[in-house]
Amino acid sequence: MKPFNHHKGIVMPLDRVNVDTDQIVPKQFLKLVERTGFGQYLFYDWRFQADGCPNAEFVLNHPRYQGGAVLLTRGNFGCGSSREHAAWALLDYGFNVLIAPSYADIFYNNCFKNGILPVKLDGTTVNKLFQEVEGEEGYAVSTDLENQTIRKPDGKIINFEIDPYRKKCLLEGLDDISLTLQLEEKIRSHEGKLQPFQVIDVKRL
Amino acid sequence: MPLTLFEKIWQSHVVHEEEGRPSLLWIDRHLIHEVTSPQAFDGLRMASRKVRRPDLTFATVDHNIPTTDRSVPIQDPISKKQIDALSKNCTDFGITCFNINSPNQGIIHVIGPELGITLPGMTIVAGDSHTSTHGAFGSLALGIGTSEVEHVLATQCLWLEKPKSLEVHVDGAPPRGVTAKDIILTIIGRLGSAGGTGSVIEYSGNAITSLSMEERMTICNMTIEGGARAGMIAPDETTFRYIQGRRYAPKGKLLVGAEEYWRGLKTDADATFDRKVELNASKMTPQVTWGTTPAMVTDVTGKVPDPDDFQDPQMRGAVASALEYMALEPGTIIQSIKLDRVFIGSCTNSRLEDLVAASKMVKGRKVAPGVRAMVVPGSQLVKYQAEERGLHRIFKEAGFEWRESGCSMCLGMNPDILAPGERCASTSNRNFEGRQGRGGRTHLVSPIMAAAAAVTGHFVDIRSWDMES
Repeated sequence: MKPFNHHKGIVMPLDRVNVDTDQIVPKQFLKLVERTGFGQYLFYDWRFQADGCPNAEFVLNHPRYQGGAVLLTRGNFGCGSSREHAAWALLDYGFNVLIAPSYADIFYNNCFKNGILPVKLDGTTVNKLFQEVEGEEGYAVSTDLENQTIRKPDGKIINFEIDPYRKKCLLEGLDDISLTLQLEEKIRSHEGKLQPFQVIDVKRL
Repeated sequence: MPLTLFEKIWQSHVVHEEEGRPSLLWIDRHLIHEVTSPQAFDGLRMASRKVRRPDLTFATVDHNIPTTDRSVPIQDPISKKQIDALSKNCTDFGITCFNINSPNQGIIHVIGPELGITLPGMTIVAGDSHTSTHGAFGSLALGIGTSEVEHVLATQCLWLEKPKSLEVHVDGAPPRGVTAKDIILTIIGRLGSAGGTGSVIEYSGNAITSLSMEERMTICNMTIEGGARAGMIAPDETTFRYIQGRRYAPKGKLLVGAEEYWRGLKTDADATFDRKVELNASKMTPQVTWGTTPAMVTDVTGKVPDPDDFQDPQMRGAVASALEYMALEPGTIIQSIKLDRVFIGSCTNSRLEDLVAASKMVKGRKVAPGVRAMVVPGSQLVKYQAEERGLHRIFKEAGFEWRESGCSMCLGMNPDILAPGERCASTSNRNFEGRQGRGGRTHLVSPIMAAAAAVTGHFVDIRSWDMES
């Protein structure tokens, strides 16, 4: 995973609550067996009309937000299905930073496994950002994970909270599995003490 | 120190803990399906890693397989590629796979319990949000992403931040016609679709303990629709009776020993939860969703709400856009909503008891003209048991399609989808936009409500229905 530190990008506003992962990547695109190439399917049913033509009304298709790399949205973003394809699609499209008041748990975890920073800000700050983004073409913010700040175009700074361990993993681009395998002795010790019902005795079947 | 059921399971599975980072937990069972696993196996191959405990890992195909005749080759080449990839991955890594022609194939959350793979006191994960289903046995069961699937394959462990605890206590006897589905829809309506975020729910109270295992699975299954990480119900005699004789469950002396341990798996009398919600089942009614999240739900005797009834501007906007998508006017009487399709199936409601209950509603009756209705059993075993009881004949004589097992129209990854604009009464778990097919409109209901809707062509108050005919 690529380490994350500084990021600057145009903010794209998606003004909806409870955006579920079925909307982020509709199921007809879950049949790929790779992790890449999902960006073209991001928000597919909103982004394209039934005949496959772009839906000019949807924010991703507005010329002023082209090249958007920070997705500003509402509460409970990423609810529903556990599909990590949602995180892959956001990343593949070019969103490295998300800003919302809250995220669904599984989706939130999936972001960190893919080097996406999901920033949580309070509802009032998010409201204000929506107003500012809509009021100013080319509105871009700089995100500094080390210092936990977002710098707005007017130079004002928004501070955000993040779990220190998640932060460290993103900053260093740490690979979970190799970290875990360093604990091999502890895993083996736990494994040796499993109760009989936890294991499956193939001979018994 | 008094502990909750969740804390007892958590403590017995911690492999490693240190200040300021998540805990490493041992995982007892890992369930795998074709859609969220291929990238995980590829990751293992790229790093030359093995599956640590193939013996504790089980796979099946459920999400995208057709539910039509299994002797016919799969038409969709991309679906076939994914199904073949799972087979190959399981063969390469030594994992038991209940493949398309296996008598044990079925929805992963139906076959885990019915094969005795799911047991109390376990940690169970799958790359699927409805893994919460297995919490019905008093286990900690979580949906995870594909990166975490790869992690569990490689290490049989999972990093997890300790969630908050929420007790949902439901007392009282539900009136006739009010099912487990109505209880959980009522709970979600109360909590909201993010009300449980960051929490593990323990369901308690006599309305819960009097439920069968299959009904408990319906409750825990939809826990994720309230945003919670997992849902659980303490194991009891009902649980132990269910487990007996199941293929992978302990037997004989082993079972006696396990039961002794499992009996201790309940929340201690003076243990506390971070939060508690209380409901009374005796006042509950059959539920119907009208919107595009499961929390947008009301009584069958109710009406579609008006966006102006909502104070919060965001909720007002969400309701307005849901009504637009659902093509419903504020104030529409729920029972006047006409249907094009009926789907009885999914990991929420496709088990034998669901099909038996639904069949009683349709026996000797006919599906209404203009309605297409479908029953998709949750597993091959459920299908077999239902056919032994003649349920397939009852459904088919009434005009229902009787299908092979799979996830089917719950998420429409296979050919079973709604056409744009079609309206469906569905026993599944999600009414999201486009979930059952682009432009399709889903109303979530119980199996008996869905069956009655198929017969009348619109929603009916099942309490006034002749249920024993």
